[in-house]
Amino acid sequence: MAPWNANDQKIPQGRLALVSYVSVFFVVLLLVGFWKLEVVQSDHFSDLAEKNQVRSIPIIAPRGAMLDREGRVLVDSYPSFSILLLRDNIKQDEKNLPLIEEGLGIDHQDLQGQLDAARFEPKFQPIVIKPAATEADIAFVESHRADLPMLDLMMVQRRRYPHGQMAANTIGYVGEVSQQEIDKNPDRYRPGDIVGKAGLEKEYNQQIDGTDGMRRVVVNSIGKVMRTLDDVEAVPGKPIQLTIDYDLQAIAEADFIKNGKAGALIAMDGRTGEVLAAVSRPTFDPNDFAVRIPPKEWAALNTDTDTPLLNRTIQAQLAPGSVFKVVMATAMLESKAIPPTYTAYCPGAATFYGRIFHCDHSHGVVDLHKGIVASCDVFFYNVGKMLGIDRIAYYATSLGLGQRTGIDLPSEEPGLVPSEEWSQRVNHHKWYPGSTISVAIGQGAVMATPVQLARTIAAIASGGTLVTPHLLKNATNFPSKSFAISDDTVEQVTAGMWGVVNEPDGTTEGSVKLQDVDFAGKTGTAQTQSFELQNKLGKHVKENGWFVGLAPRRNPEIVVAALVQAGGWGSTSAAPIVRDVVKAYYDKKAGRFQLPPAPLTAGTPPPSSASAARAASPPPSTTRPAPVSAPHPSSASVARPTPPLVASVGAQQP
Amino acid sequence: MKERPRIHDFDWTLLAIVGAISGIGLLEIYSSTHASGMAGMQWKQLWWIGIGIVGMFIISRIDYHTLLDQAPTLYIIGLASLLVVLVMGYSRLGAKRWIALGGFNLQVSEIMKLIIIIVLARYLSEVHTDRLTLQDIAKIALLTLVPVALILKQPDLGTAMVLVPVALVGIFLAGIEWKHAAVGALALAILIPVGWGMRTHLKPYQQQRIQTFLHPEEDQRGAGYQILQSEIAVGSGGFWGKGFGKGSQNQLGFVPVRYSDFILAAMAEEQGFIGVCVVLLLYLGLILRLVDNAQKAKDKAGMYVVMGVTAILGFHVLVNSSMVIGYMPVTGIPLPLMSYGGSATAFVFMALGLVMNVRMRRFVN
Repeated sequence: MAPWNANDQKIPQGRLALVSYVSVFFVVLLLVGFWKLEVVQSDHFSDLAEKNQVRSIPIIAPRGAMLDREGRVLVDSYPSFSILLLRDNIKQDEKNLPLIEEGLGIDHQDLQGQLDAARFEPKFQPIVIKPAATEADIAFVESHRADLPMLDLMMVQRRRYPHGQMAANTIGYVGEVSQQEIDKNPDRYRPGDIVGKAGLEKEYNQQIDGTDGMRRVVVNSIGKVMRTLDDVEAVPGKPIQLTIDYDLQAIAEADFIKNGKAGALIAMDGRTGEVLAAVSRPTFDPNDFAVRIPPKEWAALNTDTDTPLLNRTIQAQLAPGSVFKVVMATAMLESKAIPPTYTAYCPGAATFYGRIFHCDHSHGVVDLHKGIVASCDVFFYNVGKMLGIDRIAYYATSLGLGQRTGIDLPSEEPGLVPSEEWSQRVNHHKWYPGSTISVAIGQGAVMATPVQLARTIAAIASGGTLVTPHLLKNATNFPSKSFAISDDTVEQVTAGMWGVVNEPDGTTEGSVKLQDVDFAGKTGTAQTQSFELQNKLGKHVKENGWFVGLAPRRNPEIVVAALVQAGGWGSTSAAPIVRDVVKAYYDKKAGRFQLPPAPLTAGTPPPSSASAARAASPPPSTTRPAPVSAPHPSSASVARPTPPLVASVGAQQP
Repeated sequence: MKERPRIHDFDWTLLAIVGAISGIGLLEIYSSTHASGMAGMQWKQLWWIGIGIVGMFIISRIDYHTLLDQAPTLYIIGLASLLVVLVMGYSRLGAKRWIALGGFNLQVSEIMKLIIIIVLARYLSEVHTDRLTLQDIAKIALLTLVPVALILKQPDLGTAMVLVPVALVGIFLAGIEWKHAAVGALALAILIPVGWGMRTHLKPYQQQRIQTFLHPEEDQRGAGYQILQSEIAVGSGGFWGKGFGKGSQNQLGFVPVRYSDFILAAMAEEQGFIGVCVVLLLYLGLILRLVDNAQKAKDKAGMYVVMGVTAILGFHVLVNSSMVIGYMPVTGIPLPLMSYGGSATAFVFMALGLVMNVRMRRFVN
């Protein structure tokens, strides 16, 4: 065998040439590959490259403030800080969790849960681990910049309700936009946006919701901001002025806090429908919603048997009790079915259709005036029987009951005015005439909300002008309707209501009289269960107390409807509250009003973080707002362009 | 007739191409790293090129016949070194590939590439035939697969794979029966599915890479993210490129290891299709020039040496470029002369030293 290096063989030139050709083939193939990406699909990949490096950071626009009719702040926004956890280096994060939990007072399971939930999110997206940082939290983050670089602060605009629970159901609250809302308005909302969820916050969301700005930044592969491309500044939401009068609202709230009862009150200008106060108790603190509300608390609010989320002024559909007698009296006079001089004898009870119907006590001979003043049931039983259900229904409906008032609040309930047609439609049987007797004194199937009663009584007292109650000041789109009532009728009915307050045999027994004020009204004490049920159960559930007051008695400037649930007599539970509000109204007019010094609102004002105090105006005092002229200085300061949202995200180098 | 090989006989055309590619590589390494904490990397690379050139001259001086004489010894030294690495090499990024050698961290598998070229050239010269027998092929396979297995153990799939084309090209040039070729192709066709079935024996990161290659869209944040970002860099470059130092994918760090394995993506983004054409044509020129040297070699042994180098460099270029445009999975095979990397760069120059060695002696008896 020849040695390995014996040069006895020719170089295989052909095979080498083939290797060359194969090389050329592969290079061509590669060039085709590059051509496809760089030339054919260039636009597509340029687009992706752009998306990679340009990130849009929203600059949250503050929502517009809500001011009372004198320009005092009821709701505003303030800049606050959320604490972010950067997730560029999750291992490092997890190593430091105990320190972070201790420093910020976060529950371990909560934090770990948040981290786990975000596991599949892009790493450059930080998570909010504490939405409303306190001064101590911010100090903790600032002092640990070096050893806890994964913590960062983000400025957000947060809603503030300086008076806590005051008028909470009317004002409403804000929350994260729902998927349905996004679907309805995809150009406007992104997930995580804050929108009005209830009350005026929802009704006027369009006006007070600002337009978020956008900062476009260039980020590197770990999400560090390298430079800013451009800024579109946020347009702050416009403030809205409400018809609410802070003073009247505070007086009414204080009375409810004092009696501790559930109930509602609505005060409005009888001539225009401007709502001066709207109370619903029990209630909630909308500040709790301004930060992410823990699911447990939300569930508790929803399942609370006291229904704090129910706005009783527009959603409590209850038997109006004797307040309905004002409608009955109007129907009696206007229908002319019964002579105005009609009298009935009241021995303390009467029998109709074989059933005994009780009266409060024996009133003797009763005419219309006394019927109203002493609230004699027997008189109105007879009136009701003579009118019949359909005539009652006609007048009640024409005077605004059984239908929504059109107040500028979401989810108003319509109440109910029963009729022959209603019985057929809903109960599938003829109307029992016996039921008319109960309806005549505001019991039975008839149901009304406080706002309906205020509007109806105001309409009767002003000759049939049905205003649309509303909360937005300087609004022109709340038209009045008219159902003409003769002057004689108005005079007689309002005289009766004057008697309720001012005559010795009135149901209020003179306890709510006001000096120099032409104050009239009607009490109501509505049973919430039948006598039969009460007897069977052997216990007495207290009646709902009602009072609708007005001043002056004709063309009232102020009409106040109050409901005190399980408050017993309307004259002792509801009437004093109405009196306090009407008195405050006239005291203000005379320039001698003073807000009582006691803390008026229960509920905690939001913690104002150090930064908020620095960036915005001093937080309004919780009890005594300083009167200011609109535009309010604080609304002007929130209208400033928002500082950078993300101060600095990540500082690590690869 | 010349008596002695002279530097004058170096392939200066080949070296010009090599210089051009290295220069482009240095510029792109600078562009990729100058704005980051790794600035100045191009100087380190230049330093390695210098070491490589010194190595190239040294290797060119030792007659390749002498080297081939020592093939068995070199082979044993090579295998022993690989074992040493496995036992006492130090780990970086979860793989044992390096041994400390007088201040340098040497990647032993790079040396093994040179040794396998010499060993296979020696064996193929020894057979003195134009048609390899099955036995010959089996021996070649064994010679190749032992170091392959040791390198796989490190684990370094990329470098292990690189040894295979040396054997394949060698076998092809030595001559092979059609039926053997057919059986080989058939075996490959069967082995791929079998290998797929055994993929669970691969390291998790290797499984991941294969998964990612087959279904890149399912893993946008892991290894699929790398390929996607590379494709975005290439695609967004367009025909003319974004300009030197202006590629966002490159400058902002979206392209993974943009100064090394993915340097062609960075290049494609900043210099466009035109730039890629220049680079790939330079590489084609390099390969063709190497083949030309093989054709002009004095003997078959010289040809095998040159073609061994050609096979390795060609394979590197093909696999790396394909990976950058998403045609192949991420394997960690760098682009020769352009990718940053000490041992790899030095290897290329030393391999070229072998080529010069053969060329210088083509007229020498």
